[in-house]
Amino acid sequence: MKKTNKLYLIFLIVFLSVFYFLVENQFYRSIVIYVMFNAINASLLNILFGYAGIISLGQAAFFGIGAYTTGILTVHFGINPFLTILIGAFISFVVAYIVGFPTLKLHGHYLAMATLGFGMIVYILFNEFTDITGGPSGLVGIAKLSIFGILIDDESKFYIFFSVIFVGFSILLELFDKSFYSYKLKFIKESESASKSFGINVSKVKLIVFATTSMFSAVVGSLFAFYSGFISPVSFSLKYSIDLFVMATLGGLGSITGGTLGAALLTVFPELISNFEDYEMIIYGSLLAIIVMFFPQGISGLIKKMLGKYVRS
Amino acid sequence: MKKMLLILSSLIFLGGYAYAEINLGAIFSVTGPASYLGLPEKQTLEMLVDEYNKAGGFKGEKINLIVYDDKGEDAEARKKFLRLAQNDKVITVIGPTRTGPSLAIKDEAQKNSIPLISCAASKVIVHPVNKFIFKTPQSDELAVEKIYEYLQKNKNKKVAIITSQDGFGDTGRNALLAEAKNYGIEIISDERFKDTDKDMTSQLSKIASKSPDAIICWGIGPAPAIVAKNYKQLNIKAPLFMSHGVASKKFLELAGSAAEGMYLPAGRLTVVDKLSDKDKYKPILMDYKKKFESTYNQPVSSFGGYAYDAFMLFKLALEKGGKDKEKIAEALENIKNYVGSTGTFNMSKDDHNGLGKESFLMIRVKNNDWEIVE
Amino acid sequence: MQFFYSGLTSGSIYALVAIGFNIIYNTTGLINFAQGEFVVLGGMLMYTTLTILGLPVSVAFLVTFIIMFIVGVVFEKFFLRYVKLKTETNLIAITIALAVIMRGIAMVIWGRDSLAVPPYIEDKTISVIGGSMNSQSILVIIVCFFVAIILSSFFKYTKYGKAFRACYDDQTAATICGINVNMIRMLSFAIASLLGALAGAIIAPITFVTYTDGIMAGLKGFAAAIIGGLGSFWGGLFGGFALGVIEGFFAFVLPSGFKDAFAFIILLLILFIKPTGLFGKKKAVRV
Repeated sequence: MKKTNKLYLIFLIVFLSVFYFLVENQFYRSIVIYVMFNAINASLLNILFGYAGIISLGQAAFFGIGAYTTGILTVHFGINPFLTILIGAFISFVVAYIVGFPTLKLHGHYLAMATLGFGMIVYILFNEFTDITGGPSGLVGIAKLSIFGILIDDESKFYIFFSVIFVGFSILLELFDKSFYSYKLKFIKESESASKSFGINVSKVKLIVFATTSMFSAVVGSLFAFYSGFISPVSFSLKYSIDLFVMATLGGLGSITGGTLGAALLTVFPELISNFEDYEMIIYGSLLAIIVMFFPQGISGLIKKMLGKYVRS
Repeated sequence: MKKMLLILSSLIFLGGYAYAEINLGAIFSVTGPASYLGLPEKQTLEMLVDEYNKAGGFKGEKINLIVYDDKGEDAEARKKFLRLAQNDKVITVIGPTRTGPSLAIKDEAQKNSIPLISCAASKVIVHPVNKFIFKTPQSDELAVEKIYEYLQKNKNKKVAIITSQDGFGDTGRNALLAEAKNYGIEIISDERFKDTDKDMTSQLSKIASKSPDAIICWGIGPAPAIVAKNYKQLNIKAPLFMSHGVASKKFLELAGSAAEGMYLPAGRLTVVDKLSDKDKYKPILMDYKKKFESTYNQPVSSFGGYAYDAFMLFKLALEKGGKDKEKIAEALENIKNYVGSTGTFNMSKDDHNGLGKESFLMIRVKNNDWEIVE
Repeated sequence: MQFFYSGLTSGSIYALVAIGFNIIYNTTGLINFAQGEFVVLGGMLMYTTLTILGLPVSVAFLVTFIIMFIVGVVFEKFFLRYVKLKTETNLIAITIALAVIMRGIAMVIWGRDSLAVPPYIEDKTISVIGGSMNSQSILVIIVCFFVAIILSSFFKYTKYGKAFRACYDDQTAATICGINVNMIRMLSFAIASLLGALAGAIIAPITFVTYTDGIMAGLKGFAAAIIGGLGSFWGGLFGGFALGVIEGFFAFVLPSGFKDAFAFIILLLILFIKPTGLFGKKKAVRV
């Protein structure tokens, strides 16, 4: 387990830097950037769902809260971009905490519906407060981020910046996976009443993990707003929440690499089949179906199996 | 994994790359909620490019058209634009279909110095003016002014609006609210509906209770047809106005008898067979209509007309400016008096749309067909 | 009062979808994300059989039902049954995948435009106290109640209905008792698909049918099923009407743009007070 994960981190760093030096094409770089965005969000959902058993179909909302906080504050109030990331993260944490408090008492499909409903409410707010959010047509003119005096204004600079963030995030994930906390979560998922009898404050642990992942989602959302320079509610709709759910499931729930692998596959694959035009949806759906049917542990399970022949874990 | 990536990237690379041709890119919402708009645009463009190539192309060089689907999503449009710019090396991009995706790629178009001729209506796309960004549809303001002028003439002052909660309805609503003052019109009710809603009698009864002089519905797709049906069901007396978004045979088919007596501003394409022979637009429109309907065996839509104009503008600019992207943008900006399917385009430094109010006609539904009012 | 009738019209659609969710939930404990797609396919098949082929209404219904029954069977027998590891997540994921495939197929076959299906009974406005309703909407409401009565008595009183419920409670025990669990699961999908088709067919004259409709129908139907409590047909029926009327009410009293937001807030409040919906039963959890 440890060895494969370390290998994964090394592979990630090597891949990202080799890719940068070999491929100058901005389109390919942008695809990798989108993969990383989806990967972080899917990994966060993976922690919620795969580790703690909290099914959430409203993750796009927290991503959106970050993006819109940054968008609104930089466009209308000209607030320092870095500060907006922190404000977005804070708002998201507080909202998640308040919403999570009653919501996380629910289970199964009821929890799924409650989070989905929350996502819908936030989506409608983005749409309806047209004066500050720009409504369905979107918000233009979001400021760019600058670090050490360098303005991050093109694909290449953002690629470097975001790769560093992504590797950092992956290391955090790895640390989390090895921590006592992740076992605690898995224990709760296995049996809530058993973990209660071991003295774990189940509702508090769940609430903290929900609020923390939501906070991270908002940070990534802010970065997304800086990257695109334009946001509209479409990017934070129910469809994105469901996409994330599918990415996490296909990648492999409860596996640290699952979110990233699922995101990579489902972001790159549609680009490959875009020449099939009308049949794209059918092909995409079929791929999902095949993976779910025949690779029960997701892609990460498949890769682990393949690697297992060479690397003793 | 690496081997797979290699194969994957070569697959992307193979998609639609050719030498010694003029690469023209296009992004339309061919799937997703706006796909009924995106498809006729794509079909129109394919038809025109085909025709142009058969006629010899540009100085013997053929145009290679590459169309991608943005699914109506911002991020997709952005990816597809970068793909067109970086992989397919296009010299101009036509589309996207909707406002959001158009705005999402505005910055990229400028960064890559690629002229963009959008087929979305919002004024924000070309205001503030950007050297490389153009659009062919009339701004919603023009349609609103047309309706308001008509209301003003009939001394209707109190107006209720009901708009859809998508990009189209939203830009329409903004225009309706902003222009009202200029025409001495008071908006007494401002209701909304979702384009997936199935019954709007709740909003309409609320409107009816305020007894307006006229009701204006701004939306696109099947929902406005439901509004028309519910309006008839509630037996509201105030006249119903709709946007140019419903100016299609499809709408008449959906709404049926409920559409009877309804007013709307529409481009000439919708009523082409009723135009007088003296109308300067008639020959072009008839030509487009005939070609489209014989090629695809389905009625022409005004949204296809936006793509028609976009291609014609591109053609003019190409013939004048050559294959250089900057020169195409310059040539586009200087197009004057081009008679297109939507109206007469007079581009300038401050106006990258170039259409005037005359591009709309006021029409009415009579016997399940259109009738020109003025 | 008109908001109430408006709510009943859209509510009846939600209710029919919610009942479809409940059929599958009652035997498998699953949520079928493709339920909305069944509705769309039903409406589209009616368009083909009625408008294109010009078949008589009864034949058109029959053909649609037969095709959709087969779709339901294929759905379970060739896809769900072959999921290697049948965790709940994997099974939900496959219904999402199948929904995407069905949407794609519907787009390729029927195109992107909305389709209008001719009304089954004379299309006229009926005045009711404080408002008016369309005759088609009343037909849909009647069908709703009819379906709920038939299904709930089937599940409660017949031998087969009890077999369905046994599968939900404990599959192993049901197998030991000689119930063919696979067959029951397959049938539940077939019935749900057929019911979806019925819903799609009867609402198509009011709302038209577009290939993207399934997403919203599924979402609202799911919400209705949750409000009523999963597993209860009467709950689904009530949840559907409640959701519709709540939306209509908020569209009437507030700026209508926020009506859906408020409908979802009410839904959340209901769940906070009653975590298993209004009429839901709690599945026993093994400790």
